[in-house]
This record gives sequence, structure tokens and C-alpha cells, in this order.
Amino acid sequence: MKAVITVIGHDQIGIVAKVSQLLATLKVNITDISQTLMSGDFTMMLMGEWDDAVVDFEKVKQGLSDLGTETGLDIHIQRQELFDAIQKL
Amino acid sequence: METKQILDTIQMISEEKLDIRTITMGISLFDCIDSDGEKARQKIYEKLTTSAKDLVKVADQIESEYGIPIVNKRISVTPISMIAAACHDDNYVAYAQTMQRAAETLGVDLIGGFSALVQKGYQSGDRTLIASIPEALSETSRVCGSVNVGSTRAGINMDAVKQMGQVVKDLAAIDPVSCMSLVVFANAVEDNPFMAGAFHGVGEADKVINVGISGPGVVKRALEKVRGQSIDIVSETIKKTAFKVTRMGQFVGNVAAKRLNVPFGIVDLSLAPTPSQGDSVAEILEEIGLESVGAPGTTAALALLNDAVKKGGVMACEHVGGLSGAFIPVSEDSGMIRAVEHSNLNLEKLEAMTAVCSVGLDMVAVAGDTPAETISGMIADEAAIGVINNKTTAVRVIPATGKKVGERIDFGGIFGYAPVMPVNPNSPAKMIARGGRIPAPIHSFKN
Repeated sequence: MKAVITVIGHDQIGIVAKVSQLLATLKVNITDISQTLMSGDFTMMLMGEWDDAVVDFEKVKQGLSDLGTETGLDIHIQRQELFDAIQKL
Repeated sequence: METKQILDTIQMISEEKLDIRTITMGISLFDCIDSDGEKARQKIYEKLTTSAKDLVKVADQIESEYGIPIVNKRISVTPISMIAAACHDDNYVAYAQTMQRAAETLGVDLIGGFSALVQKGYQSGDRTLIASIPEALSETSRVCGSVNVGSTRAGINMDAVKQMGQVVKDLAAIDPVSCMSLVVFANAVEDNPFMAGAFHGVGEADKVINVGISGPGVVKRALEKVRGQSIDIVSETIKKTAFKVTRMGQFVGNVAAKRLNVPFGIVDLSLAPTPSQGDSVAEILEEIGLESVGAPGTTAALALLNDAVKKGGVMACEHVGGLSGAFIPVSEDSGMIRAVEHSNLNLEKLEAMTAVCSVGLDMVAVAGDTPAETISGMIADEAAIGVINNKTTAVRVIPATGKKVGERIDFGGIFGYAPVMPVNPNSPAKMIARGGRIPAPIHSFKN
């Protein structure tokens, strides 16, 4: 399964480390990553890929959501096909 | 990774309130007909609870995985007048109660199809169904009903127009809020996923998934970026935005249909407002350049919007259907409510707007003492606009029992409220009393 993970919030030390550490634990491979500061907010986007027969979507979503609560960041995950459907012919 | 496109999409959903307004499963009930009403209702309950058992679960899964809100999960069924006609029950309230029970079991928000199609005349089940409407809709909370009183091919059944004026009054006398579950149509469509007017047409497959999209906020935000530019740019901007919104509807409909193993029917390309700020069709019209909706120019702006939405959406999905266009309900649109409260929008202007919007006079409250004949007159006018212009029109009017012009009627929660609007006090009673049928217009003879 492929999904887009977005992380938005106040910049702080170790965001990339925490998110990628969690994804590694969940057996999610990061295939693309982009990070910037937009009007003071830390904004990171990751493309994750994993075998959903091993780890289901809900488990990854829950893990990211818990990390979001813990770090005060807004973390979302959405399956990638939605973006292709809306933005590409 | 195209980060800008990803951020754009996320912004459309989180800030501009883009959503899938409804996934509606259409279910045929023809195989539930029985001369014994009790048996027929048992079959209906079983068919509904079997066919749609995964509807809510699948919609919730899609919402979670793709991060796109799916606001309503609904069911539409074959018009009950056709299903119940074989039994000899003297009223059909029990059918509505069965629909309600099935909806509660399944967890769906609304179920539509307590309906009759009488554009050219009444069949045996139609009379019983229409007579049952006030009791059926006031005793149930999730059942929606509709009656089609006219079509471009058949003309307008003025006996039905007369009767429906009285039915609306009778329903309002029991509970005015229930009037939001009843629509009187001309040129009703068979694949509409939106309530209260959804029913499953006789030419449809046994089961089908139809999707209704929304997103007035997305269109408004896009137009804010082209302020002052020519009206051609406005049209282009709406088309491009409608395209993106519709792509999402097509995508979600495909996923839902596949997971439910039911054919995908249509996407209804509608801009359906809600009372929350920024989710308003009126605000789009004002963004185009009107001081308030209702100003001279409103009908032209709405015509442009309605047409551009269709043009943008039609290429984005395989099959377009339903009502497709811009809805202009008063109580469900904060901008419309504001315009009515400031006397910037009256019923006559609203009627003109219905000639170019996707439906008709929708969620309009009138004084509780408005005579039945006057409501029939409003229905006849709307039907005439639809029949002559080859479009769907509808009346969903709420006589606010015990209230006068200037007061308001509350529908509770997300349904908002409607200011009571003044109606022309002159009576159409003698015309309505004539009954009969207005013949089909000359341009309907196309064979």
C-alpha cells in the first residue's frame, strides 16, 4: 500500500527522527520525503509504502495519530490514489 | 512527489470543506411485492438489511483511508406506491415504519422512496400513498417522501398539485419540521442521491451506488483568486474547480462500488451548501460581484455557476446524473438566510433563480396560516418552470405553524433555521379548484 503522510506544526528538534523511527518500527518504507518551513510552520511530506498484509492501514494511522498527540504536531495519512484521482488526468 | 498538489488537496478538504455529501445505495423493491402487506414489509426489511449491510462500514473505511469526509450514508428505494399497490392495505404508514426500522438497523442517515409518480394520473397505490404521507413522515425521522406532479412529456397533473398543497399543510399541522422530508417534483430524476427527493427509478439496476459531491467553499476560494477579472475567467475557474471536485466523487464512488460489489451508477455534480460558514452557494454568487444574493444580476450569476459546474464536472466522471448543479435551499445556506433576513431576497426572486438552478424552491418557510391553495399555486408555478424548460424543479416548503412573517423556524443542529418569508396574499383558489391536467408543452413532441 502507498500513502502520503503529512506532518505540520511548530518546528522542534527531532521531528524527522521521531516520524521515521515510528515508520521503521511499523515496517513502512519511506520512498520520498520533502520538508520545508512554510510561514514558520514545519511542513513535511512523506511517501510511505508497506505490505498491508503484514501491517494494516488502521495500525499505521493510529501510530501516527498517537505520535501527533504526543508531539503536538498535526499528522495525517491518506492513501495516495486520492491525490492522483483529483490532480491528474 | 508533487507536494504543491498534495497540499492543495489537503487544503480543499480541511479548510474549504470539500466533502462527499452522500453515498446513496439505490435498491429495487420489485421482488418484495406481495398481496399480503405484512409479508411484503418483511421482505423489504430483509432485502434492505441484507443489500446495504456493509454500506456504513465501507463508507467509514473510505473516509479513514483517504481522509475525505463522507457526510451521509443513505438508501433510496423503488417508489413505495408501486410496491404497496398489490396489497389492499388502506394506508401505507406501516411501510414507512419498516423503512425507518431498516435505516436504524443499518445506521444510515436517511432512506428515500416513500414516493409516488402521478404526473399524468393516479394509479391505485398512488392515492393511498399520498394520503398516508402526513402520518408516515411525522411518525418517522429518517424516511423521506416525494411526489412527482409533472413532466415535460406529460404536462402537469393539477389534481395532484391541488392535493399536495393540502398534504403539505396537513403534515405541517402535525409537525412543521417534518415538511423538510417531503419534496414535490416536476421532472423528477430516477438516480438522484440527494434527499429528500431520492428514489430508485424503475429503469435502474437491482442495486446501484450513486454519489453526491459538494464543495461550495472550494469554488468560492478559487474565485477569490480571480477578483476583478472578466466573467470568462470566472467561468473557467469554476469549471476547473468542479472538475477536481468531481474527480474525487468518481474515485470514491468507484472504490465504494467495488468494495460493496454493486454497480456504480452516477456522480451528482452538485454544489450543496450547509449552514456552516464558508459552505454557501450564496457566498459564491456574492464573490462573483453581487452586494447580496437577490440583487439584480443574481439569476445571471447563478446561471453561469450552474452551467460551469456541469461543464467542469461532465468530463471528470464516467456517468453524470441526479440533479447536478447548484442547490439554493434557504435554510441550509447561511448566505441565503442572511439575504432573506435583510430583505435582500424575496420569494419572487428566488422563484426566478429556480429557473436556472439545479432544483427549485427548497427549504423555504412561509407563515403557518398560508392557505393550502397558495401552496398549490407555488407548486404549480415551480412545476411550470420545470416542464417548460426541460429541467427538474421541486418545492420543499415549510408552513411554519403558529408563526408569522419575520419569525423563524428552527430545524435543529446541522439543519439550521429558516426565516418565515412573505408570500403574495392574492389567492389562486379558483384556478387550483379547477383540477385537471395542464397539457404537455409543444416542444415535448420530439418523436
